[in-house]
Amino acid sequence: MSAAFVELDRVTLRYGQGDTLALSETTLKIGRGEFIAVVGPSGCGKSSLLKLVSGLMPPSSGGVAVAGSEVRGPLKIVGMAFQNPTLLPWRTTLANVMLPLEIVQPHRGRLRANRREYEDQARRILAGVGLAGFEDKFPWQLSGGMQQRASLCRALIHEPQLLMLDEPFGALDAFTREELWAILQSLWMERPFTVVLVTHDLREAAFLADTIYVMSKRPGRIVHLRRNPLARPRTLETTFTPEFTELVHELRNHISAVRAAEEEAP
Amino acid sequence: MNPVLRRILTRWAPLWSALGLFAAWELACRAFGIPEYVLPTPSASFAAAWTFREAIWMHAAQTLATTLAGFALAVVFGVVLGVLVGSSRAAYTALNPLLIGFNSVPKVAVVPVLVMWFGIGTVPAVITAFLISFFPIVVNVATGLATLEPELRDVLRSLGATRADILLKVGFPRALPFFFASLKVAVTLAFVGSVMSETVASNLGVGYLMMSASSRFNMALVFAGLLVIAAMGIAMYELFSVVERRSTRWAHRGTEGG
Repeated sequence: MSAAFVELDRVTLRYGQGDTLALSETTLKIGRGEFIAVVGPSGCGKSSLLKLVSGLMPPSSGGVAVAGSEVRGPLKIVGMAFQNPTLLPWRTTLANVMLPLEIVQPHRGRLRANRREYEDQARRILAGVGLAGFEDKFPWQLSGGMQQRASLCRALIHEPQLLMLDEPFGALDAFTREELWAILQSLWMERPFTVVLVTHDLREAAFLADTIYVMSKRPGRIVHLRRNPLARPRTLETTFTPEFTELVHELRNHISAVRAAEEEAP
Repeated sequence: MNPVLRRILTRWAPLWSALGLFAAWELACRAFGIPEYVLPTPSASFAAAWTFREAIWMHAAQTLATTLAGFALAVVFGVVLGVLVGSSRAAYTALNPLLIGFNSVPKVAVVPVLVMWFGIGTVPAVITAFLISFFPIVVNVATGLATLEPELRDVLRSLGATRADILLKVGFPRALPFFFASLKVAVTLAFVGSVMSETVASNLGVGYLMMSASSRFNMALVFAGLLVIAAMGIAMYELFSVVERRSTRWAHRGTEGG
């Protein structure tokens, strides 16, 4: 791996008065342009990991560095998408996707003068996820899968170097989810950015990620690191190969072990 | 039921219910022989409204003016305070008990104090209307701002948005339906405030008109005053409903099919 783009060095995160340990002594390195997935049982501090990396929350101890410098506040090179698409209901799909351009510099200063150009850019990215023709619809006129695609576009419009995904496809049906895996993969292959995907869907992790981290529950700790050997681009067919099944099976065993340990020592 | 008839019935339902109420009232008064100085019939009340139409017109204009002046103050003050309370945890903690305590004080008890300060007449009526109507605006604006989804806040903060950015791009538009919903309630409360003050300390306004009419046992005129206040309240409520629906259509999509 080349020099790490994101680096967590023995990071610990406590909630509240220091009783609840969300993350404990977590160390990991993510290369530039790498796609990693963090899997684990729910409530294992996966989302806290995202907040730490994006600077929304400071660690209780240890260091977080992105692009070679210590993270001290919210980063400005990050795109985010969540399970809940969080689109603004009073804006059209196009206006929702363009929201980051109204906030992030240098786009913010250039937006007024170059609106046409930026709109074309937004239309292109929407077309790329199959939302051409829906630019002027309001979010509540779109299906859940379409809203999530628009949310992805919003996360990517300002060309962030780091994309944070917190169970982005968790609320979608299985077929839509697989469709969006392929879309996300092709967006990433076109112009690689660094991705941290948090999920509890092991197939999703196996389909999308280069590296998969398995986390234990409370306190969250990385108990296993697995490089994904599957070639890209991965397709729906890939998910039926023995290699894919074997990978998912292996991950599942780790999760079982984590959950068993949890039950022994509550 | 015949669909045309059904449509006529539902479309004019408020009119039918009002007519029904007046008919029941009229019938009850006549059937039980209730004397006019206890409860006048609606027909007598309307007749009194017509007889004293010039006086009523003048007093109603005064009441409407004081109400709207107080209401306008309440909107400005309510929005400013609502933004403060809704966007700052510290301001919320500090001000919330004060606001609740203040809102619990019966405003009729404040009127004598206002009279001591400002004399009788228009000023205490405006201030009472303001005092009684700003609270729902503060609460609603604050609620609209404070219930912002944490994920959305994270999305914006991770783009480097400042507090002002978040307020402007998301907070205000999101709070708008809450704000307009509170205006409807606040304007009817403002009428309560101004009429109350006029009743206690004024020689102008519908409240004063009703006080002086009741001291002359002209109950029909008292009820005419009540009907005028009710009509003004309904008109203002409807006005702000229309404004609400027009300006925040996205929040009412369920009720408009669209």
